[in-house]
Amino acid sequence: MTDKTSAALKADQMFINFGPQHPSTHGVLRIALTVEGEVVVKAAPDVGYLHRGMEKLFEARTYSQALILTDRLDYISAMHNNLAYCLAVERLAGVQVPLRAEYLRVLTAELNRIASHLVFFGTFAVDMGAFTPFLYAFREREMILDLFEMLCGGRLLYSYVRVGGVSADLPAGWTEKCREFIAFFKPRLKDYDTLLSTNPIFKSRTDGVGLISAAQALSWGLSGPNLRASGPDYDVRKAEPYCVYDKLNFKVPVARTGSCWDRYYCRMLEMGQSAEIALQCLDALAAPELAPEIMTKGVPKMLKPAAGQAYAHVEASRGDLGFYAVSDGSLSPYRMHVRGPSFLNVAILQEILTGCKIADVVAILGSLDIVLGEVDR
Amino acid sequence: MTTEETILTKISEPVFNHANGRLLMPEERYWPSRKWKSPWSLPAYRSGAALLAGILSGAVLAAWLIGEIPLRLAPLYSLAEQYALSYGVPLFLFHLAWTVIKAALLLAVPLVNALFAVWWERKVSAHIQSRLGPMYVGRFQGCLQTVADGLKLFLKEDIVPDCADKLVHLLAPVVVVIPAILVFAPVPFGRELIYADLDIGTVYVFAVGGVSVMGIIMAGWASGNKFSLLGGLRSAAQLVSYELPRTFAVIPIIMLAGTLNISAIAGLQAGYWGGILPRWFIFYPVVGQVAFIVFLIASVAETNRVPFDIPEAESELVAGFNTEYSGMKFALFFLSEFAYVLLSCLLMAAFFFGGGEPPLPFLGFLPSWAWFLAKTLTLMFCFLWFRWTFPRFRVDRLMDFNWKFLLPVSLLNIAAAGLLIWLIS
Repeated sequence: MTDKTSAALKADQMFINFGPQHPSTHGVLRIALTVEGEVVVKAAPDVGYLHRGMEKLFEARTYSQALILTDRLDYISAMHNNLAYCLAVERLAGVQVPLRAEYLRVLTAELNRIASHLVFFGTFAVDMGAFTPFLYAFREREMILDLFEMLCGGRLLYSYVRVGGVSADLPAGWTEKCREFIAFFKPRLKDYDTLLSTNPIFKSRTDGVGLISAAQALSWGLSGPNLRASGPDYDVRKAEPYCVYDKLNFKVPVARTGSCWDRYYCRMLEMGQSAEIALQCLDALAAPELAPEIMTKGVPKMLKPAAGQAYAHVEASRGDLGFYAVSDGSLSPYRMHVRGPSFLNVAILQEILTGCKIADVVAILGSLDIVLGEVDR
Repeated sequence: MTTEETILTKISEPVFNHANGRLLMPEERYWPSRKWKSPWSLPAYRSGAALLAGILSGAVLAAWLIGEIPLRLAPLYSLAEQYALSYGVPLFLFHLAWTVIKAALLLAVPLVNALFAVWWERKVSAHIQSRLGPMYVGRFQGCLQTVADGLKLFLKEDIVPDCADKLVHLLAPVVVVIPAILVFAPVPFGRELIYADLDIGTVYVFAVGGVSVMGIIMAGWASGNKFSLLGGLRSAAQLVSYELPRTFAVIPIIMLAGTLNISAIAGLQAGYWGGILPRWFIFYPVVGQVAFIVFLIASVAETNRVPFDIPEAESELVAGFNTEYSGMKFALFFLSEFAYVLLSCLLMAAFFFGGGEPPLPFLGFLPSWAWFLAKTLTLMFCFLWFRWTFPRFRVDRLMDFNWKFLLPVSLLNIAAAGLLIWLIS
């Protein structure tokens, strides 16, 4: 083809507002896409449609009141938000937590990780055009929500982890129900593999698509499964164990190429590991020598930490979630900063979307598994 | 036990009682781990199976009682003819009226098919996804759900976007749906149960069916929406490409049958090899199976269904070419989609599965239209099954798959068919 004909064939570029009203932006994210036919020339993620001024709101509340705000950050895995916030405040105020509460925190956090990854699995399948896995995932997630409802009354926003412990001990019959769920859930993971993970169409859509190199992932500050899919083996649960993770036996799945399929499958493997952790926690909680306290005595409702600062981070479902609290010695935090993994994960879109097809935009966005409540705060 | 005592035991029964948590009665929520132990132990499962068996045997009995429809209609036709002649109605007027009645019946085919297929699709998808699907409208399994939906669509406001090309926007669904109805003319529904027994039936079907692509492109262009436009362009590329392997897959059949007449092709497959294996084209070594697979895949692509539903890919293009359509116009697109699904299944039944021929010699007591229907519905189930199992192809892989795999395979298959004919003769 001569230059002249190729110039004549060159199509006009088209600008598409991919979102905020679009079925697969997982919330109110807008990506300003410039496309040439089906190929993306330029992509600019535009965030802020769900901004609620969360970090400022923390400053107008006491430490115990502010807990309910954290539920509303990453509402798919609220337990992790509660946990990270409480760890930061406990570090700030120097509060110790009973061992039983630590196990309960890990147990609920891991169950919530499964629930969150199930939402990812379902929505990612819908993005790929397969609707059936979505309903399978929600069937299993429903059981976890039932367990949480029994435990703390909430199905989405829990406020279960409190400063100094947790709000409730396991009710009667809960342990059996939880074991029943895990026994039901583990074989389902194999079902998902045969239904979706090994499907040739699904693999052709995701394998080798949206590649993120290890250097790219590190320089854009990715964390969680998105980072581990590219190679770096970094998990806060292993790197800086909090709660009782150093006493538990589990593996962290790591992939190499950083494709959409790797990110997807890392999460699928993590669900199995989370189930293992939950079982270990259930065993530990059943031990008779474990003291029954779930809350440290003498933590006041109106917590007044001495002036200072503290940072705590946990491995949330979407990555490294951190809370940075600054106290001026008053009843409410002077400053509270949230390091949300989704916010950093969404930033890399502008680099990796360039040059891919419109269909890949959906695949890449879905594989990053962002929650807009946390991106916009 | 008094009533009070019952209430007391009921309250003390739930094990998950806690100051902070809500009650969760064991039977209150759907916990599949409990319900999945053995489905046959559930009375609902057994009664459902019995109901299904009853419906099937009732249908078989009804088909046996009705028999061949043309045979039943022939005396009715001559009776009506005599009646008309005795009143002095000119013969050409009578024939005209008879043709109009036949045409009205043909028009009813895609309509009834849409009513049934949409309901069936919803039930199949629901059971694949461990749900129940429509259960209320029409008492039995929500069987009137589609009627209610159709009524809703009929009463809905017809919204035309400001920046749309109004005339083309209005014409697009018409251009899509008219070929979808016309295309059924030369398609047999049983032995001699056919509207127009065209000698070029095969060519007619592919030619008329191809016109609908125009309507989809028009819809994409006229909506004045970028997502619609992308959907329209995708469908133009996809449908035109998949026409080729689909047509080429039929050529071996035409070579073996020596005719383009669809009912003649179906009729040629009567009889059995060794008295047991039906002489269907699907059982011709290699050629038949390859042709069927290529035709099936291309048909799924032609009808814009998963895994080839890229023109209306919901997660990418919102709803593709029908994003800006509402009410009856949207319903017409839907109608034509299901009409083409039915057409593909009818064609496959006629080309590959012997049309109205029974699969085993002793099953000949059922009329040909019953076998035709059974085969068509089985194939249609495959379409629904694919839809709720597979993810979607990406647009460039779709093209690769067509041009680099299906088309060469179908061409090779034509050569193999030539070889087979040479070997036979």
